[in-house]
Amino acid sequence: MKSYDILIIGGGPAGLSAAVSARENGIERILILERDKELGGILNQCIHNGFGLHTFHEELTGPEYAGRFIDRVKELDIEYKLNTMVMEISGDKVVTAMNRTEGVFEIQAKAIILAMGCRERSRGALNIPGYRPAGIFSAGTAQRLVNMEGYLPGREVVILGSGDIGLIMARRMTLEGAKVKVVAELMPYSGGLKRNIVQCLDDYGIPLKLSHTVVDIKGKQRIEGVTLAEVDGKGKPIPGTEEFYSCDTLLLSVGLIPENELSGGMGVEMNLITSGPNVNESLETNISGVFACGNVLHVHDLVDYVSEEASAAGKHAAIYVKEGLRSEEISVFAATQEEIRISAAVQEAPAAPAAVQESIRIAAAEGVRYTVPCKINPARMDEMLKVRFRVDRVYKNSYVSAYFDEERVIHRKKQIFAPGEMEEILLTKEQLLQFPELKTITLKIEPQCEKD
Amino acid sequence: MEVKKLICINCPMGCPLTVEMEEGKVTKVIGNTCKRGAVYAKKEVTSPTRIVTTTVRVKGGSAAVVSVKTNEDIPKEKIFDCVKALKEIEVAAPVHIGDVILADVSGTGVNIVATKNVFL
Repeated sequence: MKSYDILIIGGGPAGLSAAVSARENGIERILILERDKELGGILNQCIHNGFGLHTFHEELTGPEYAGRFIDRVKELDIEYKLNTMVMEISGDKVVTAMNRTEGVFEIQAKAIILAMGCRERSRGALNIPGYRPAGIFSAGTAQRLVNMEGYLPGREVVILGSGDIGLIMARRMTLEGAKVKVVAELMPYSGGLKRNIVQCLDDYGIPLKLSHTVVDIKGKQRIEGVTLAEVDGKGKPIPGTEEFYSCDTLLLSVGLIPENELSGGMGVEMNLITSGPNVNESLETNISGVFACGNVLHVHDLVDYVSEEASAAGKHAAIYVKEGLRSEEISVFAATQEEIRISAAVQEAPAAPAAVQESIRIAAAEGVRYTVPCKINPARMDEMLKVRFRVDRVYKNSYVSAYFDEERVIHRKKQIFAPGEMEEILLTKEQLLQFPELKTITLKIEPQCEKD
Repeated sequence: MEVKKLICINCPMGCPLTVEMEEGKVTKVIGNTCKRGAVYAKKEVTSPTRIVTTTVRVKGGSAAVVSVKTNEDIPKEKIFDCVKALKEIEVAAPVHIGDVILADVSGTGVNIVATKNVFL
């Protein structure tokens, strides 16, 4: 069996950045496994601009952004296999993969970086009534057809969901000569960026119907139209508000789900909110030496943050390989799924050796849906650690606060927090070392009125 | 006096902006929370521009189309002219990121450049 120091599952933005970082941190034997025919992942179909402002300080398109990382991977002579599908990863880090030239094969890795990204929620996940005719696509599928394969999926389009991919595709289909009749959004607000609402819908006079959903699909062979209806506060269609739109194409832009079948199969502990693995400060999962980054960990809105996160994962995987196995860490994560569900106290694992400080749990409380990472070992963290999180709704003129056990240590005001924007706070090692007994850091959103 | 309504795109606040104009000149911007809102509003009502991204057909390449962009922003009203001009051309593979696909698109003085590599 072939063996590598670091095996990276996925050659999209996360996998590429992780590979570059692992090599720059001194690891020679790295292999990227990619199931598509080229590196770059979803960026290859995101031909619009707006990528890279943080990373390269200029606005690039998706393929250009990917191109920069692909060039770097090639400069550094990092090995990769294309058209290669990973079938299974075992708990002891044996990867089973297959492709057309080598058949099925196994590779032993010292460390694994999970970088599989995410996929789109499908019609099946929405339970829209009606027949199953041709002409219903996820927005990302349509994007690939138009931008990479040169096909136009249809001429009269209705889009359900106003996430950024749906908005971008409304403009893209319009530029290609299709008529986009309406974008319907179940929520009373759009999950997309204001910039995309203005430049993808308003610029082309495409109406956005908030608090609306598709209640029926007409057509047996090919879709002939959809019925939209307004929904009440609970998301239930209001009788009498139905309106029929004829169309030959329905695009769904209704959310992304991290693609974690491989992670689950190898026993990685998952987070019920993010649908991604639970990770510590090193972006390491409960399985020692298995790291996760990018959209497989939690869905990002900016690729720049994916690259940054993946770079950290690559570095920590490199450190892991260099240090050898840290068996004492395994026990910290030994709690079973059941224990985790019953009590939030993940840290109740056997006491660590005196020299090793116990991990600190990061708890998401009022207004904060989740945090990545969700635990920190101060001894192993860098001088500075970014904790990323999302809020559960829009908050204006509020504070993000971090309580170190009972004491409020961070209290930062922001004009607006929105669910569509990933937020972050910075923790420093110095800060944490001042609290040697610290068990839990609680993150919450607090309103303006509260006085110190 | 002419009044135009906009939504600011600079941040998730999405401030509703009202722009008052006199003889094509902005006299007042209302509704913005920060300076960026006023700057955006003035530009958007007097000379709105956009970067245009689309694809161009490729002959004999590893992909059927290559993604392209205007290498600077162009006037908003030229978007459709620009896309139409690009519908009519086909380039031969190989194409490299940064290659000029069409110079001075629709008389804007702006070049169309490839944003992806397409191999033979």
